[in-house]
Amino acid sequence: MTEAPALELRGLTKTYRLREGGALRPTHTALHAVRDVSLTLPRNAILGLVGESGSGKTTTGMIALRLTEPTAGQIIVGGTDITHLGHGALKPFRRRMQVVFQDSYSALDPMFTLAQIVAEPLHIHGLGSPREQTQQALDWLERVGLHRSYGGRYPHELSGGQRQRVAIARALILRPDVLVADEPTSALDVSVKAQIINLLQDLQAEMGLSILFISHDLSVVRSLTDRVAVMFNGRVVEEAPTEAIFTDARHPYTRALLDAIPALHPRDRRVRTFASRDALEAATPRMAARDLGLAPSDVARLVDLGQGHRVEALLTS
Amino acid sequence: MRLVDISNLVVSFAQSDGVVQAVRGLSLHVDAGESLGIVGESGSGKSVTCMAVLRLLREPPARITADRLALGGVDVLGADARKLSQLRGRVAAMVFQDPMTAFDPVFTIGQQIAETIMAHQDIGKRAARAQAEALLARVEIKNPAAILDAYPHQLSGGMLQRAMIAMALSCRPQILFADEPTTALDVTIQAQILQLIKALQAEMGMGLIMVTHDLGVIAETVDRVVVMYGGRVMEVAPVAAIFDDPLHPYTAALLGSMPGQSAGRQRLVEIPGASPNPADPPSGCPFHPRCGLADARCVAEMPAFLPYGDDRQAACWRLQ
Repeated sequence: MTEAPALELRGLTKTYRLREGGALRPTHTALHAVRDVSLTLPRNAILGLVGESGSGKTTTGMIALRLTEPTAGQIIVGGTDITHLGHGALKPFRRRMQVVFQDSYSALDPMFTLAQIVAEPLHIHGLGSPREQTQQALDWLERVGLHRSYGGRYPHELSGGQRQRVAIARALILRPDVLVADEPTSALDVSVKAQIINLLQDLQAEMGLSILFISHDLSVVRSLTDRVAVMFNGRVVEEAPTEAIFTDARHPYTRALLDAIPALHPRDRRVRTFASRDALEAATPRMAARDLGLAPSDVARLVDLGQGHRVEALLTS
Repeated sequence: MRLVDISNLVVSFAQSDGVVQAVRGLSLHVDAGESLGIVGESGSGKSVTCMAVLRLLREPPARITADRLALGGVDVLGADARKLSQLRGRVAAMVFQDPMTAFDPVFTIGQQIAETIMAHQDIGKRAARAQAEALLARVEIKNPAAILDAYPHQLSGGMLQRAMIAMALSCRPQILFADEPTTALDVTIQAQILQLIKALQAEMGMGLIMVTHDLGVIAETVDRVVVMYGGRVMEVAPVAAIFDDPLHPYTAALLGSMPGQSAGRQRLVEIPGASPNPADPPSGCPFHPRCGLADARCVAEMPAFLPYGDDRQAACWRLQ
């Protein structure tokens, strides 16, 4: 039997109820932030989750970490369903799943030294003596490319790239199976972005880590990930091995995203035509159900095209 | 005539613990209808340069000196407040990164654009509002009449950026300064706004200074490029030369570190270290601590700005 995937999301849905209208006669409308999202993060791999603001990619990541409760669906970590685990039962799974955010400045406590910040997860989970915890923290600072002498410094003394290194060290010191990285390079300068991407590549390979890499930046995703899932209006509309997304995208929204990437050279300049979100939504591919050996359906669904390529389509008779 | 003409610009800021130089002797020019990209990372001095040219920095703490600093042939450093407000608007206009903070939240979009128009033209409210509506239509806002009466918080980031461009164009400036105009926007909206700026520039025969950290934006939009690092110009060249044959090691490193250039998961070319601290700049060439080709001379002495061919220059001793 093969090992269970590092992380599985099954049919995740998150609906927010919005209150509108006057105070006396409020009306409630439902906002579907995430709709029926199923994703598999294999072991020892990086899965990119891309989309624009409001696509539901960050909410999906927060649900996977159980930092946001889903309205429906399941979160399965290494084969165990953690969707309904209580605080105590969840704690060992918290250790196995860690997160790095875009803005590491607000994620690092300004009153703590870097050694304290990096050692804190060990402290919380009661791993090792205080002395061992500090030693490990210093080891980790070194491992993410900061000198051990940084252990006594404070977050405000660091550059953006250095702070992101600290956030990565803190996330990985517990040796998690899964790292959720939510736009970790978006606030960084171009020259530093490459450093952090390389650091994530190296650590992933060394530790056999599984990373859910949430980003709006398709260029970064191309260099870093093994697979990509594209989210649009709360749904996954396409998922495939990374190069298949870049060379053989099937969903009109994926194509629109790819088309928007700026040219890598001035000779590739072109005039683009832009479709509205509504037009992209209406342009869901239609496929003959018979050709795929499936039953026709009038609701769009993810269809497996083989070779790990899934796309949302309407199945016609 | 040179629309923008800068020679040896120095911008420094007085701080409690000394003086920090953000721009250290920058020279550049833009001719009518030309588009110039200024590319650099945070702290390179690219935004401060624009703010200094338009005299938008508070002085003091800022101190601006230059051998020449002219907009549309007018000396900016010698101009009084009245002259400056004429220059801003009629000669030069600016679009900022964050349209949300550029608009006043308590006035409608229409009121704010009309106010700008009335400040520069002798016309009444109704005529100004009509002009504002036409401008919104021109930046491809679909229902301009409705957007006139909307407040900034009711619009998306992309719509607000369009409205800000409309406001910038309201006095038909000869040159538009765009400071990271798409950085805060979604990927698809980014492409739309860049295309809009390019189209308006061509249509109105405007000059353009596009300030960005993103070489992709440069590749898409400008004719000529200035590469800044540590408050200095490292290289100036036509856009194709920057991408085909960068002269300065910093330009080359920046190009090499762009992700997504080829198929497959891979390590990227890194530039080791971090950008210089403006309060404590390195000696000599500001890039020398991160440059694989640096030698003793680069550490000791800032390279001269050396020509290469007719239309390229770089500040690197290797060109000698």
